[in-house]
Amino acid sequence: MSNSKINYILGIADNALILGQRLSELCGHGPSLETDIATTNIALDLLGQTRSYYQYAAELQGGEATEDTLAFLRKEREYKNVLLVEQPNTDFGYVMARQYMFDVFHLLLLEQLQNSNDEVLAAIAKKSIKEVSYHKRFSGDWIKRLGDGTEESHNRMQEAFDNLWTFTNELFLMTADDTAMVEAGVGVDVAALKAAWTQEITALLTEATLTVPDLKYFLKGGKEGIHSEHMGFILTEMQYMQRTYPNMTW
Amino acid sequence: MKTLPPQINAILESVSDPEIPVLSIMDMGVVREVEVQERDVFIKITPTYSGCPAMDTIADDIKAAFAKEGYEAQVKLILAPAWSTDWITERGRKALEAYGIAAPLTEEADKEALLGNKKIVKCPQCGSTHTRLVSQFGSTACKALFQCEACHEPFDYFKCLK
Repeated sequence: MSNSKINYILGIADNALILGQRLSELCGHGPSLETDIATTNIALDLLGQTRSYYQYAAELQGGEATEDTLAFLRKEREYKNVLLVEQPNTDFGYVMARQYMFDVFHLLLLEQLQNSNDEVLAAIAKKSIKEVSYHKRFSGDWIKRLGDGTEESHNRMQEAFDNLWTFTNELFLMTADDTAMVEAGVGVDVAALKAAWTQEITALLTEATLTVPDLKYFLKGGKEGIHSEHMGFILTEMQYMQRTYPNMTW
Repeated sequence: MKTLPPQINAILESVSDPEIPVLSIMDMGVVREVEVQERDVFIKITPTYSGCPAMDTIADDIKAAFAKEGYEAQVKLILAPAWSTDWITERGRKALEAYGIAAPLTEEADKEALLGNKKIVKCPQCGSTHTRLVSQFGSTACKALFQCEACHEPFDYFKCLK
């Protein structure tokens, strides 16, 4: 089995895993009970999707690989998630801005991936679309509510978008594995999703009385394994149990 | 799914969702394929939500229920076609309502409730449609939280998934 396919699957899965991990940090710490339950429910969906991808990748990889070794025993440079999903839960505005920008991208990606000639990926995508549509509805509603809310909530929502915008362009960069998988009819041309993404984000931000950031400089690296400083801290917390007690189970 | 031998069907009916004990896995629509060869039973189930933590328990419960009757069951998780709340049987919907969970209606029901446009979710306690959405997400992945404004009871609404 080609490494490109495994890498490609890991790329999609790692985004869901790391965002799921970030969201699960809010368990018991959400700003209100409802938002606490919501963010952890979204995390649960994302972790469930991650498991499906990892199980498939482990099967393709063969040998000792399992969903757990892929989740817990890789090194930082081996994770292929985008920088956006590893950004911290600064405040609820940041959590929702990060979520909405990712949700819009995620749904566009899955809508294409469901037509993949790889049956397993197509099935995971079809299943996930139902869940991610609900996520986007939740995050989109909060952007509107906070953006078009009080002066304070508006300013903080705007600040979140201004500071996270630099991570958005990476979503649409094609890696060598992306290109190979598009050519094989397996993967999605993410570069082609940018126009639809920009249009949808612009429409919602406008409705929320927010300004779409105007930025010329964008950060990238996550897809190639070059992460921000946050990633090490995320993995330290996520992996410590398996690192401290190798092969331990519940 | 084709009609099953009565004994096989009865064993499957005896297994329920650990999070909604009144709902058998047959009424929930998660059992997609059953094949019986002598004492070996091959079963395919599909998750309601990708992250549903009940699936592992359900698989174990199925195996245990068959083992008790002298069968050996193998359970496989499949993802396609993706589960829909339309697969919950009429009997399942009644069981949900009797248990205090409002059965799924339309995909827009909870959004409409949030925006106050249309009130169609009925309180399973008093039957009033004068209800409001408290939270789009609830105690499990498959539910949203509502409150009845007539009898003031909070209740779960089984989210519509198509």
